[in-house]
Amino acid sequence: MIIASNVSKKFGRLKALDNVSVKLLRGECVALIGPNGSGKTTFIKSLLGMVVPDHGFITFNDKNILHDWNYRSRIGYMPQIGRYPDNMSIGQVLNMMKDIRKVKSSEMDEELIEAFELNTMANKRMRTLSGGTRQKVSASLAFLFNPDVLILDEPTAGLDPVATEILKRKIIQEKQKNKLIMITSHVLSELDELVTEVMYMQDGQCRFHKKVDVLRAETSEERLTRVMASIISKM
Amino acid sequence: MIIDILRNKIVIGYTLFLLAITLSIFNLEDQSTKGLLSLLNIILIVVPLVCILFSAIYVYNSNEFIELLVSQPIKRSTILLSMFTGLSVSMVVAFLIGTGIPILLFEPTSTGFTMMGVGVLLTLIFVSVALLTAVYARDKAKGIGWVILLWLYFSLLFDGLILFILYQFSEYPLEKAMVGISALNPIDLSRILVLLKMDVSAMMGYTGAIFRNFFGTQYGFWMAIAVMLLWAFIPLFISLRKFKRKDL
Repeated sequence: MIIASNVSKKFGRLKALDNVSVKLLRGECVALIGPNGSGKTTFIKSLLGMVVPDHGFITFNDKNILHDWNYRSRIGYMPQIGRYPDNMSIGQVLNMMKDIRKVKSSEMDEELIEAFELNTMANKRMRTLSGGTRQKVSASLAFLFNPDVLILDEPTAGLDPVATEILKRKIIQEKQKNKLIMITSHVLSELDELVTEVMYMQDGQCRFHKKVDVLRAETSEERLTRVMASIISKM
Repeated sequence: MIIDILRNKIVIGYTLFLLAITLSIFNLEDQSTKGLLSLLNIILIVVPLVCILFSAIYVYNSNEFIELLVSQPIKRSTILLSMFTGLSVSMVVAFLIGTGIPILLFEPTSTGFTMMGVGVLLTLIFVSVALLTAVYARDKAKGIGWVILLWLYFSLLFDGLILFILYQFSEYPLEKAMVGISALNPIDLSRILVLLKMDVSAMMGYTGAIFRNFFGTQYGFWMAIAVMLLWAFIPLFISLRKFKRKDL
């Protein structure tokens, strides 16, 4: 569904992405793992067209995403830090996004809004919200328009355990609808029941991109934390 | 798209500040022309400063939100243009409430209206200059520094520079060239436009007479307006082009 071929990006002298080539398909739930500053966020941003690669190209459903913006209507993105205009209320932010997307209300997926009980505080200003509540707004926005692709950058950072559970269950539910889901997280134990593939990045390069089952067999470990620890120690 | 700005405390404060100043000036001066002259000087300093600073800070503070918008299925130019519209509409509304109402009450003459028009144009110009800086300078502190520098340049340094040039080349007939040079600074241009309407251009000496000959005519007046519109749209256009290719 998404194919990146030889994508490179430099910020000054720093190589943020170095010849990254991956193929992401429907029905996959990919964990994007790597140390800080390994290019995970840059990679996500180039998928979204926020960063334009120096070399290589990215295709979405066989169409180059360069100079295209319409493809983004099929992606739901949850940023690492969600900041919204201070003086707007939750309801206004949601309505503004609905205006931008122009999706019929029958096709919208308001499950998360209800699960997080955002409706009851629709009049609260964004300025007064805690980091966790803002995260809830970001998550609800990513899932709201029923996109084919979900890109979640550190989705559970700052969420309380109840909200984390809700979000995880939602992710599993969407995975079964044959969507492509991409998650970055440093809390590997949370990814255990979610992901089907692992993409490991380091120094801007994609070190490997394999199925979790294959990795489990290779390392003869069960839990993802152990699997990754054993692979990294061998590298 | 951006209702947020209008609710901002700073914009409300700006409106009230302008309102207070305008009203007090008109009440202090018994002669309303004199009042208008003091008001002009305050507008020429305050409007650019508030517009450029507020817009730049606002853009920097909504950086993460702009990122989120860029990840949505809309064109980047739409995002930037709606930011410009949102900012300039709210600043224009603040200006019109703050100075427009008192002017209508105390001085509903053509001079008063020129002043209002000039204020609106200055608002547009400095919002667009602020956007340009914010798009180019990634760092917030750097960007705000640039913005203050630009304001200083337009409101103080430029005049100093012109005085210096005039003094150095006083043997040459520079009066005609002054008309062209004044187009390089929108603040000067607006001062000239309002002063000429006021009939105090006699105070500006021989250069004033040249200005009178040029800007006093219908043609010159509209030329000046056109130049000011260019001042608003060229920075906007450049920032639009840059923003389309910017990495966020």
